[in-house]
Amino acid sequence: MTGFINSLGVVLYATLVYTTPLLYAALGSCFSEVSGVVNIGIEGMMTAGAFTGTVVAWATGSPWIGFLCGGLAGALFGALHALATVKLGADQTIAGTAINMLGPGIVIMISKVMFNSTDTIPLTATQKIPKLFTGLFDTTTVFGRFMDNVFATYASTYLVFIAVVVVWFVFYKTRFGLRLRACGEHPQACETLGINVIGMRLGCVTISGFLAGLGGACVTMAISTQFRPISIVGQGFIAIAAVIFGKFRPQGALIGCLLFGFCSGLKVVLGGSSGVNMQLLSMIPYVVTVITLVLFVGRSHVPSANGKPYIKSK
Amino acid sequence: MTKKKSVLDFLSENTFIHILLSILLGFLVGAIFLLIMGLSPEKAYGRLLDSVTNLKGFSYVVVYSVPYIVAGLSVAFSFKTGVFNIGAEGQFVVGAMTAAVIGILLPDVPKPILIPLCFIGSMVVGALWGMIVAFFKIKWGINEVLSMIMFNWIAFYLSNFIAGLPGIHSDGSAEATKNISDNASMVLSKDFIKQAGLATTANWGILVAIVIMLIIWFVIEKTTLGYELKAVGANKYAAEYGGINVNRSILTALAISGALAGLAGALQLMGMGRRISIFSSQEGFGFAGIVVALMGCSNPFGVFVAGLFYGALVYGGSKLNLVGAPTQLINVIVGTVVFFIAISVIFRYLKYLKRAPKSSAQPRKGDVRS
Repeated sequence: MTGFINSLGVVLYATLVYTTPLLYAALGSCFSEVSGVVNIGIEGMMTAGAFTGTVVAWATGSPWIGFLCGGLAGALFGALHALATVKLGADQTIAGTAINMLGPGIVIMISKVMFNSTDTIPLTATQKIPKLFTGLFDTTTVFGRFMDNVFATYASTYLVFIAVVVVWFVFYKTRFGLRLRACGEHPQACETLGINVIGMRLGCVTISGFLAGLGGACVTMAISTQFRPISIVGQGFIAIAAVIFGKFRPQGALIGCLLFGFCSGLKVVLGGSSGVNMQLLSMIPYVVTVITLVLFVGRSHVPSANGKPYIKSK
Repeated sequence: MTKKKSVLDFLSENTFIHILLSILLGFLVGAIFLLIMGLSPEKAYGRLLDSVTNLKGFSYVVVYSVPYIVAGLSVAFSFKTGVFNIGAEGQFVVGAMTAAVIGILLPDVPKPILIPLCFIGSMVVGALWGMIVAFFKIKWGINEVLSMIMFNWIAFYLSNFIAGLPGIHSDGSAEATKNISDNASMVLSKDFIKQAGLATTANWGILVAIVIMLIIWFVIEKTTLGYELKAVGANKYAAEYGGINVNRSILTALAISGALAGLAGALQLMGMGRRISIFSSQEGFGFAGIVVALMGCSNPFGVFVAGLFYGALVYGGSKLNLVGAPTQLINVIVGTVVFFIAISVIFRYLKYLKRAPKSSAQPRKGDVRS
C-alpha cells in the first residue's frame, strides 16, 4: 500500500510536470484556431520560447525574466505568422510550416554562435523556474510524501492551471471571448456588426505565440535545465492534437493534455524499473488518443471559418 | 485583347517568378544572418556552391534528393486532392521499416526479385498507414490532421520497437537494425563508383524518382481518377453534386500518397541508409516532403526540381561548418523561402485591389487561395 501511494504520487507529479508545457501551447492554439487561423507553427514558436527563456534566465539569473522573454520570443513568431496569414492572406498551413523551420533554425543558429554548441549551458538551481510549497509537507509520513510529490511542484504548473480558468472565463464569459469565437465562425457577420476581425485575429495569433513560447520555456526551464535541438520536437504538434481532441475548447484541451501528460508520466515511472518495452510504452498515449477519439469523441466541430483567409470588404 | 501587361500582372500570374523571388529572398535573409554573426556570406555561399558543383558533389546531391523528391510527390499528390498529408512522416517510417525487414529476413532472394519486393512491401504498408487515417475520417469523422500526428508517432515507436527485436537488431553494439542484404541494395558497384568518381552511396534511386514523377503527372493530368481527385480538392460539395464519391476519393488519395511516402522510405534505406537506427526523435523526411511539395507548387515537375534543390541545400549545408557557418543556416533559408512563397498571394491580392471598382470589391472565391 505504501509503495502504491508513493508510486501514485510520483506518477501524478510527472503527469503535472509533463502536462504543463503542452497545456500552455494548447491554450495558445485555442486562441488562434478559435479566432479562425490555423496555427501549425506552434512547434516553432515553442522552440523559440524554449531557447530564449533558457538563455535569458542564464544571462540575467532570473527565471521569471527568462520565462517572460520565452513568451515574448514565441509572440514574435506568432506576430510573424499573424502578419503573413491575416494581413497578407497567406496560406495558413504553408506559413505555419515556414515558422516551424524558421523558429528552430534561427535559435539553433544563435546557439551555435553564442555557445559554439547546439546545446545551451545548463541552468543552475536558482535560474530554473522555482518549485512552490517545498518543505511544507512532512515527508517522513506516507501521506506527507504523497502531498509533497504532488503539490510541491513548479510555479509554472500552478500558473498554467490558473491560465486554463482565465482562458475559459475569457472565452465564454466576456464580450471579447464572444467576439473572438464569432470571428472564427462567421467573420463577415462580425465585420457587419463593427467588430475588427483583422485586429482580433492579429491579436489572437500573437497571443497564441506568446503562450506557446511560455510552454516551450517550461520544457527547458523546469523539466530539463538546458535547451537542446530535440527539447521540443513533436510537442507542438501534440498540443495541436490535444486542442482538436478537446473540440477547440480550453477545458477540452486540458483533458487532452492531461491524457498525454499522464502517459508521459507513466512512462517515466515505469521505464527502466519494469520489464515493459520502452518503445511500446511510449506508443500508449497515441494509441489511447486514437481509441478515445473513436469511442467517445468522434466528429469535432471545427470553427467554420478556420483556415480561410479573411479579406476585408472595401 | 492586346492590353499591355503591367508589372503587377506579371507578378501575380507567374508562380515560377514567385518561387525564384522567394529563393532569392531566402538567401538574402540567410546572408543577413551570416553578417550579423560576423561571417562572410560570400564565403559561406561560395562553399555551398563549391560543394555541389563538382561531379562527386552533384552525385551526392542526386542521392540525397531521391527521398525528398518522392516524399514531396507524396505530399503534392495529397495537396492536389485537398488533403494535407502531414502523415507522410509516419508513412515514410513504416515504409522504410518494411523494406528493412524484408531486406534483412530474405537475404538470399536474388536482386531482381528482392528489390521489387521491398518496393512493393513498403508501398503497401505506407498505403495502409495512410488509409487507416482516411478510414477513421470517413467512418467516424475523426479529424485527419489529428490522427495523422498520432500515427506519425505510433510509426516512430513501432519502428524503434521492431529495430530492437531479435533477428532484426544489429549483432554489434549499434543501436540499429542489421544492414540489409546486398541483394536489396541499390548502390552501384564499387568499382564503377571509384572509376567514375561518384559519391560512395551513388545509386539508381533517381531513376525510380523520375518514373514516379511521370506516373503521378499522368495520373493527375490525364486520367479520370486524377480528374475526380482534383475535383474533390477544388470543391468537395460540387464534386459530390457531380456524382463523385468523395469518401472513396479521400481514401484513394491517401492510399496513393501513403504508398509514395512509404516508397520514399524504402528508397532512402536501400540507396543510402542500409539500416535503420533507433532514433530519439523523428527524422523529418516526411516533413521535408511537405516543404518540397510547397516549393514545387505541388506540380510533379516542380517537385522534382524542388527536391533536387532541397537535396543540394542539405548536402551543401552539411559542409557549411567547414567555413564556420552553422548548418542550421539551411533551415533558415528554406524557412524563409517557404514563408515568402506563402505570402506571394499578396501579388494577386494587390492586383485585385487595384482593378476592382472601389464600391463592390468582393473577391471571387478563386482570387485568393484558401
